[in-house]
Amino acid sequence: MNPAGTSEQIRRAWAIAKKDIRIYYLKGPVLIFGIFMPVFLFLAFFMGGRQLPLAFLLSGLMGMTLFFTSTAVSPAIFPWEGQAKTLERLAACPVAIETIVLGDMIASILFGIGVTAVTLLIALALGLGLLHGIVLGSAVLLAAVCFSALGMLIAVPPTNVPSNIMMLSSLLKFPLVFISGIFVPLEQMPAWGLYLAVCSPLTYFTDLVRYSFTGAHYFPVAVDIAALALFTLVFTAATMHLHRRTMPRRM
Amino acid sequence: MPGVIEAADLTKVFGAITAVDRVSFEVREGEIFGFLGPNGAGKTTTTRMLTGVIPMDGGSARVLGHDIRREPVQAKQRFGVVPETSNAYVDLTAWQNLMLMGELYGLDRNRANERSRDLLETLGLYERRDQKVQGYSKGMRQRLILALALLHEPELLFLDEPTSGLDVQSTQMILVLLRALNADGTTIFLTTHNMEEANRLCDRIGIIRSGRIVAIDAPEKLKTAIDRVHRIEVSFDREIAGDLLSGLAGITGAGRTGDKWQITAEDQDTAIRSLVSFSRQEGLAILTLNTLAPSLDEVFLRLTGEEERL
Ligand SMILES: Nc1ncnc2c1ncn2[C@@H]1O[C@H](COP(=O)(O)OP(=O)(O)OP(=O)(O)O)[C@@H](O)[C@H]1O
Ligand SMILES: [Mg+2]
Repeated sequence: MNPAGTSEQIRRAWAIAKKDIRIYYLKGPVLIFGIFMPVFLFLAFFMGGRQLPLAFLLSGLMGMTLFFTSTAVSPAIFPWEGQAKTLERLAACPVAIETIVLGDMIASILFGIGVTAVTLLIALALGLGLLHGIVLGSAVLLAAVCFSALGMLIAVPPTNVPSNIMMLSSLLKFPLVFISGIFVPLEQMPAWGLYLAVCSPLTYFTDLVRYSFTGAHYFPVAVDIAALALFTLVFTAATMHLHRRTMPRRM
Repeated sequence: MPGVIEAADLTKVFGAITAVDRVSFEVREGEIFGFLGPNGAGKTTTTRMLTGVIPMDGGSARVLGHDIRREPVQAKQRFGVVPETSNAYVDLTAWQNLMLMGELYGLDRNRANERSRDLLETLGLYERRDQKVQGYSKGMRQRLILALALLHEPELLFLDEPTSGLDVQSTQMILVLLRALNADGTTIFLTTHNMEEANRLCDRIGIIRSGRIVAIDAPEKLKTAIDRVHRIEVSFDREIAGDLLSGLAGITGAGRTGDKWQITAEDQDTAIRSLVSFSRQEGLAILTLNTLAPSLDEVFLRLTGEEERL
């Protein structure tokens, strides 16, 4: 066994993910930012925007759910562990920093996919027809990785005060939701709104979800997927690189 | 044989403070190395650099033959760490903590189960294994993090003040375990404030002050090194005159306290020999004969209290 080998490190990342799932899924802030917030945001919007078709609303809800849930867990883990000193334990264990980041990302991805699956079931129960299951599946998978990497990226500033990071993450997440075609269809956006929208990975995911349910889309499907994949790669590489640099400052 | 730990010019700077300043030492295979120093001397910082938790700003360290910066995972796989602050996952049970460590060190499940049971039994925690660490007392947490550090049977164990704040039972339990581990071949790097503990446990001691090593040696050698003048306490079964004693070879002075004589001597060995032959000549019986070496406390205070020298 080579402890530093990739397969061994991936196995250990899974151990870290299991620990995260046990400990952090049920923490208050994760539930509040990951589940209640998007639900209330959506309900508020739902009440005021009944003239929009159900398919549009539900696919927006799914987009928002995955976005909020897979960014709910990842930003908080590092500050929590830094505060509880358990990060020092992980740092002294035979795992690379990338392994720790990967483990936290896996926990975040699974949280996002799990809650989104529930939303999907609700949408299907409400009579929404799924046209492109494979596209939806791949989009959810890819976007979950992308968003959880984004969540980890938010946690790069080496503070050990979880509420600081939570605040920073809300500051970033709410504007993203508004420019990503969830509440306002991209077709109806002013030009400056579109310029912002193309900068948000959530835009492409929402477009893909909408396509999966209604067949309509703003960008070509391949462009959506390529853009999501690119964001995923950039976010993942950046978060691994930056955490390697800031991790020692948490100790 | 290369040292298990080879630290060369280790340096760490925090802003304006040089917490660790070109520290070099070697820890040999199979020994218990004590790392002593006053608060803020840089013990924890040194330990954290050696265990790859924080990067060094200068110098290098080889641990178990691996450069800790270039091959951290390979080195960490072979040593265990008991850090200064208890850091088990309080939301998990003791057993879950151990299983997590088992997976992080790549132990197979059966081995992890077996080791965990043995360790928890040895450390008196087996009955409480399914309780969340949240509900553990300080002593129980400390014993648990020792178990966590030992799960993968490390060849080298780092401990940062493992017994600070613990009661006699917990302390004793940990010290007994450390001795047994060492007897089985585990090399131990121990940071402590407790001189008595260091004196009884350590083969060699390194003393650090303001980030610099001021002495490294065996405890007894450190004690004799700081005092050129030795003190001996002796008592006989009969009254004798003081000037008889102070005239003996090797003895520089004799004074009386209670029923004992306090002797000062240049050379301990010569002084004792002349005391023995003196008592034989005079037909005296020696009731007590103690050599009063300075305690490690005194050594420590002397070495760490000196004015800054450059
Ligand atoms: N993360 C940090 N940031 C800034 N300064 C630090 C940090 N860690 C340690 N120091 C400083 O480095 C110096 C050495 O600290 P260290 O914790 O190594 O001492 P120590 O010998 O372990 O002391 P103690 O016996 O109190 O545990 C101290 O002046 C401390 O304030
Ligand atoms: Mg310390």
